[in-house]
Amino acid sequence: MTLDPITLSVIQSGLQQVCDEMDLSFSRAAFSPVIAEANDRSDGIYSAEDGSLIAQGSQGLPVFVGTMQYSTRTLIEWIADGRAIAPKPGDIYIVNDPYLGGTHLMDVRFAMPVWRDGKIFCWLSNTGHWPDTGGAVPGGFSASATAVEQEGLRLPPVRLFKEGKLDPEIYGIICSNIRVADQRIGDVKAQAAALYVGESRLTRLLDRYGDDTVRAAIAELRVRAAEQMRAGIREIAPGTYAATAYVDSDGVVNEPLEIRLTITATGEKLIFDFAGSSAPCAGPMNSVLATTLSSVYLAMRHIFPDVPISAGAFEPLEIIRPTGTFLDAQYPRPVSGCAAEVSQRIAEAVFAALVEALPERVTASPAGSSGNFALGGSVPEEGRNFVMYQISGGGYGGWSGGDGISNGCSTIGISKAPPVEIMEQAYPVLYHRYALREGSGGAGRHRGGFGLDYEVELRKGTARASFVMDHGRFGPQGALGGRDGMVNHVTVTRGGETFTPEHLSKAQDIPLTAGDRVRVGTPGGGGYGDPFTRPPELVAEDVRLGRYSAEEARALFGVALGAGCVPDIVATEALRAARRF
Amino acid sequence: MTETAASSGIVAGIDVGGTFTDLVLYDSRAGAVRLAKVPTTLDNQSTGVVGALDAAGAEIAALDLIVHGTTTTTNAVLERALCKTGLITTMGFRDVLELGRRTRPQAYGLKGSFRPLIPRDLRLEIPERMDASGAELVALDEPALRDAIERLKAEGCEALVIHFLHAYANPAHELRAGEIAAELWPNENITLGHALLSESREFERGVTAAVNASVQPLLRRYVERLADRLVARGYRHELLVMNGNGGMVSARIVAKEAAKTVMSGPASGVMAAAYTGRRAGIPDLLTYDMGGTSTDVALIRGAEPAVSHEIEIEYAMPIHVPMVDVRTVGAGGGSIARVNAAGLLQVGPESAGSTPGPICYGRGGTRPTISDANLLLGRMNPEKLNAASSQVSLDTIRTIFAADLGVPLGVTAEDAAAAVLRIATAKMADAVRMVSISLGEDPRDFALFAFGGAGPLHASAIARELGVPRVLVPARPGITNALGCVVADLRHDFVNTVNKPLDLVDIEALHAVFARQIETGTAAIAAEAVEVEEIRVIPSVDMQFIGQTHLLRVPLPGPTPTREELRALFEAAYFRRFQVELPEIRPALVNVNTSVIGRRSEIDLGLLIDAAGRRATLAEAQTGSRPVWFDGWVETPVYWRDHLPATAVIAGPAIIEQMDTTIVLEPGDSAAQDHDGNILITLKGAA
Repeated sequence: MTLDPITLSVIQSGLQQVCDEMDLSFSRAAFSPVIAEANDRSDGIYSAEDGSLIAQGSQGLPVFVGTMQYSTRTLIEWIADGRAIAPKPGDIYIVNDPYLGGTHLMDVRFAMPVWRDGKIFCWLSNTGHWPDTGGAVPGGFSASATAVEQEGLRLPPVRLFKEGKLDPEIYGIICSNIRVADQRIGDVKAQAAALYVGESRLTRLLDRYGDDTVRAAIAELRVRAAEQMRAGIREIAPGTYAATAYVDSDGVVNEPLEIRLTITATGEKLIFDFAGSSAPCAGPMNSVLATTLSSVYLAMRHIFPDVPISAGAFEPLEIIRPTGTFLDAQYPRPVSGCAAEVSQRIAEAVFAALVEALPERVTASPAGSSGNFALGGSVPEEGRNFVMYQISGGGYGGWSGGDGISNGCSTIGISKAPPVEIMEQAYPVLYHRYALREGSGGAGRHRGGFGLDYEVELRKGTARASFVMDHGRFGPQGALGGRDGMVNHVTVTRGGETFTPEHLSKAQDIPLTAGDRVRVGTPGGGGYGDPFTRPPELVAEDVRLGRYSAEEARALFGVALGAGCVPDIVATEALRAARRF
Repeated sequence: MTETAASSGIVAGIDVGGTFTDLVLYDSRAGAVRLAKVPTTLDNQSTGVVGALDAAGAEIAALDLIVHGTTTTTNAVLERALCKTGLITTMGFRDVLELGRRTRPQAYGLKGSFRPLIPRDLRLEIPERMDASGAELVALDEPALRDAIERLKAEGCEALVIHFLHAYANPAHELRAGEIAAELWPNENITLGHALLSESREFERGVTAAVNASVQPLLRRYVERLADRLVARGYRHELLVMNGNGGMVSARIVAKEAAKTVMSGPASGVMAAAYTGRRAGIPDLLTYDMGGTSTDVALIRGAEPAVSHEIEIEYAMPIHVPMVDVRTVGAGGGSIARVNAAGLLQVGPESAGSTPGPICYGRGGTRPTISDANLLLGRMNPEKLNAASSQVSLDTIRTIFAADLGVPLGVTAEDAAAAVLRIATAKMADAVRMVSISLGEDPRDFALFAFGGAGPLHASAIARELGVPRVLVPARPGITNALGCVVADLRHDFVNTVNKPLDLVDIEALHAVFARQIETGTAAIAAEAVEVEEIRVIPSVDMQFIGQTHLLRVPLPGPTPTREELRALFEAAYFRRFQVELPEIRPALVNVNTSVIGRRSEIDLGLLIDAAGRRATLAEAQTGSRPVWFDGWVETPVYWRDHLPATAVIAGPAIIEQMDTTIVLEPGDSAAQDHDGNILITLKGAA
């Protein structure tokens, strides 16, 4: 069947619309703030044959780009070889096993076939980040776990809904193994309802255009998405491009983990080789293969935002399986840090490798951390326990058209941070500052954006502080002569004594009592281009606004300022010339 | 301006848009309407306003009422053409306005920029602190406050924001600081953070206050200048200004809450749609206002527009005051079509804007747009090309369509243009559907209300795509915003937060909250110097299941609901929205809302088209025919709307032209008119 390009475009936007409506329904009906507010979820359509991605919601969390095609593929294989029971209409599978095409345990996937004439036409699947799936610490981000069993309940693909009805036995097992189980039913129903919404919208599309036409369109769209990605790749001069990114530590052994990436551009495809990266680690900073792949995909999507998210777009991206490294973790390696932090370091390696080849498209490295700070404690006099999460942003990298934005969200996320006032309402804490972190933006012709500087005090009771952050050792990388952004910096003031955790950006269960404080400075973005070519009046403006000191202007940008923060042109030229020779 | 003058029954509604200033002059005694459209005078909008009144031949001294919709504040914010404004805030928090909520402009792509409303050097911190319960932790440091005020004065600031953490819980420090500021720096442009929005969330509340302060002097000057000009011309009554909530407020006090006038124009268009729909017996509408660069969509149920308290007018610019929930979506007439690297046709998001604009504008545009496609396919009158001060011919447009789109797609220029419209229709329909769904409504339950210059060109196609059976095209689609000023009501919205499980809500206290909201609103309407025929009260609650963060608005039949009624209404509304029942979880009541509306005397919209101009037969209303593309060229009759017989029923295909728009009636659809001169299009196959 040949299709005219117009029908093709219309079906493409129809498929996209199905996914966007699933995303919207999921968020609107969900109970957990992490899904409802932070949009830590994603929905998509997957092929009946091998689970390959047909379309995915445009407002899904970026880290899930492409991941569900691996879990759906595994499910299809398991059904074929009898490891999973074959579906009947109305059945929905649940799975969160990281090693079967996942991220970490908290990202729980649902998958449901769409039936046409008694056969599976395609699969719908979604992922929602559950606030808890059991394990050693509330929320699942144990910075010191050494095996996946410590991280929570692991589910192989099983049918949670059977012919449209929730199976109370399986649900009972889940509820007995997770915290705050009584509220999960709302999320479970929201996650299932999103699939039902998708099913009815997709059915309407199929009824209108016919199954064969839509099937042919899906095949053709895959070919064309691949072509569109190839068109982007052709902008990259053939050759090899290398970069290295570092994870501060795995949280258990205090040594940096290295991501070594070599990209070979052939004109028609990009080959990503992570050979030489660190071996699997003891702590939870391992990445499972699906997450490693999707991290490359999401980085490419940041670079080419117009290319639709589909299996076709991934075809020209050949990723050599990083066997034997921490980027291809096997059971029982702990993996809770893979989605939040390691994924962003992988993306950073992609950006750093390609920025010279695509200077107009790629930015210097962004802060690239989710900035998870968890505080769990109790206030005995009020008889209450609490678990508080503070996520925080950081500076983005400078880019060809301007400076990086300040306090942007993680590379892999799109979620907003909670307001200070809401945090203080909900938890026994007091923020002493929530400020722009001065001097943190990496110097460059286009400087990096600034990180965040916050300080929070425990007002009552006792608590334990945990951190899963990164970039504490090396700042986000500058590009094309720009400097790195400032490193992440955590300080804890306990009983009047101030210290930085041993692993800099990661720590587990630091005990605090009322009056103790935590201060976090998040990374600034990398600078773009030689800072000595930044127009002096822009440097002067930053100094006037207190973003850099006059000394920093001199040292980092070679700009001397006279009275009233006006650039001293003669002195500036002398400073800049002195470095050149 | 006093109330002593004798009433003439003449009301003027004036909307200042980006390009044109529109006027509707309604004379209830004479039973006549006059219209005017003049260019907007951007440097001083009041010149255009008075110009519009003159163009309509209005005797300003004889007018009873002038109602005005303005873009002064919206434009000032979007262009950051703001007054120099200072901020005094809690120690440690001066960067809240710059840091935002940790976001980025788009989900993909890490580029972008953001400029805060108040620059960092004008944001000062002083010692003071409340906690979340409103208890004082650090006393207000009055000497530091005085120093800060003097510094900002010396910097030449014109307006001041005082924004302290948790002032919604205890405003004592803000109030005291406001007193001190007024004493050191007597001026009318001091905004206290809690005054417009007494809710938690320091970024949103701070931005709302900063918008208010930084546009306040501009709006005040503008309104005063306009009032002076009107008084000089003998005007003796009240000048009213449209607020973004679709209600009007006296010019004397509008600047005090200047932030509320953001979205004034779009809101008044939606109010006109609601009014028109109610009179037409079609109270449930999706409004579709397509302009040159963008399209505004809003939802009206039961003749009441959806109102939001959480509008974000651009990236990281939330204004949290009640406003008609107008969403800007998808494409406008200037959206550019191109064939992408995958060989697929794309329409938008890139737009030719107004400069250079579409090819047909003749201002140097060379890329194919939606407007050009409409011309090429005969849907818009090609003679309009000659009217434009351009050298562009239809052949030029055809050549560009053939080269840019036809060749890569392997089709003719006409087929390419038809494809552009088909894709634009699908995209716009998707966008309308998303707005509807995000408000918890199924678009198929609504009629599409098409206005703006380009809305009626596309409305039938979009309705078909959405599964919407009917399209309502008002008599004067191009001046709907100005009409909104004429028909607008006085309106006050109230929100009180309860946030308790429904089982624990004190129902008597709840009734008392409603009673207090109604009393306050009624008193505010009585204080305005405008006659109202009736006061309407619309009570509602926002509810959720405990643990959820999103709210569901539940309209109530009256202000004294029982607990069981609340439970049943909420559960029914929830099921309608999500098709899910949650007997396991208890509901909570979050907000108590009342809108108090003073409805003005009825306006006869039938006067918008002069009955004397109507012809006796359809044949006489026909101005000719031309080939129009409907999957191939079809010779299509063209009618002049003002000449249509009142009882005419038109079978598609047909083109109906009028001064301010063109209506495309597709093959198989049919159009009829009602008593107000609205055209109601019934889609083929719709019951």
